[in-house]
Amino acid sequence: MLDRATSALRGLGHRVTSRIWRLGFASRFFLATLLYSGTSFRRFFLTIREIYFTGVLSLIIILVSGLFVGMVLGLQGYDTLQRYGSSEALGILVALSLVRELGPVVSALLFASRAGSAITAEIGLMKATEQLSAMEMMAVNPIARVVAPRFWAGVISMPLLAALFSAMGIFGGYLVGVVLIGVDEGSFWSQMQASVDFREDIVNGVIKSVVFGIIVSWIAVFEGYDSEPTAEGVSGATTRTVVTSSLAILAADFILTAFMFRGA
Amino acid sequence: MNRITLDLWVGVFVAIGLGALLFLALKVGNLASANTGETYVLKANFDNIGGLKVRAPVKSAGVVVGRVGDIRLDAERYVAVVTMNISSQFKFPRDTFAKIRTSGLLGEQYIGLDVGGDAEVIKPGESVKKTESAMVLEDLVGQFLFNKAAEGNEKK
Repeated sequence: MLDRATSALRGLGHRVTSRIWRLGFASRFFLATLLYSGTSFRRFFLTIREIYFTGVLSLIIILVSGLFVGMVLGLQGYDTLQRYGSSEALGILVALSLVRELGPVVSALLFASRAGSAITAEIGLMKATEQLSAMEMMAVNPIARVVAPRFWAGVISMPLLAALFSAMGIFGGYLVGVVLIGVDEGSFWSQMQASVDFREDIVNGVIKSVVFGIIVSWIAVFEGYDSEPTAEGVSGATTRTVVTSSLAILAADFILTAFMFRGA
Repeated sequence: MNRITLDLWVGVFVAIGLGALLFLALKVGNLASANTGETYVLKANFDNIGGLKVRAPVKSAGVVVGRVGDIRLDAERYVAVVTMNISSQFKFPRDTFAKIRTSGLLGEQYIGLDVGGDAEVIKPGESVKKTESAMVLEDLVGQFLFNKAAEGNEKK
């Protein structure tokens, strides 16, 4: 009885310490990535190649889901607003919810599952096939050559993808609200412009998406680098990337929102 | 994939990404209409500002001429001191009336400047002397009920 209790306690303690150890290792890894990122800017083609894989190839999913999210917002928002006789405010509702929240958050979630998992699988497989060790043998720093370009490509792509998501969503809301339902086009745009502030809403949205880009890319490269060099280890690391970065995005979104929009 | 095509695709991606940002800033946001020109400061004291907020518009004859820059409470006189940033091209006479108004029944509150006829204009940094506080709905309703009750007593 006592034996079982102590072993359970020991297991719990072991799990906690190993999590904290991993967090420390991840932070050290993050600093190393920043320290060795000179190469990814000096030889910018390395980063451009990764922007192609993480950014350009994520375009389709971001654009299509942005359009549909905006269209749903248009339908649902109209349904609620017209009860209060203020269906002209549809533009405000669609634009503010996309620019402030849905744009950065949903595109970061999609980015984590589309590009983050691919980065982890790629780096994990490189580790499993000992390509990273081979690089070290040839005096090539794998963090500078493999990790940093992927990290910076994620950080650069994320705000662009989030802006595209928001723009596409507003276009979707316009399609449903104005073209399909028949909300007045002039008041749709003018009310939107009157209440969306450049500094308060749009810049804050961009700041959010940059932070999410850093979080997702960091988690993705770290999980890949830290994965066990087996087929199972790589698959586990890919799953962990998606789960951890989704949770981290939502938690960070709450913290950032609490800082940015305090309803002054 | 060779280097040229890769560069081209990434270039296209960055270009449309920046285009989307520009669209958000100009078409969705208020950057195009934001007043970045020269402004000067006017102050006004109100007994009650109601729900007036920083960055609320200041309008004259319904046209936006500036924005509320700062709202503070004067600790000695217990009045609200509202600082307004007015576009430099507009000067207002000394007997201008500053009122806090509401656009629509439930809309946002703004400061309306009713222009007087004085020849001298208010200099930058000075205060608007004549002000009218925000209407507080509860006070109005209370006043209305009180008057009704008084009428009822007289009739008896």
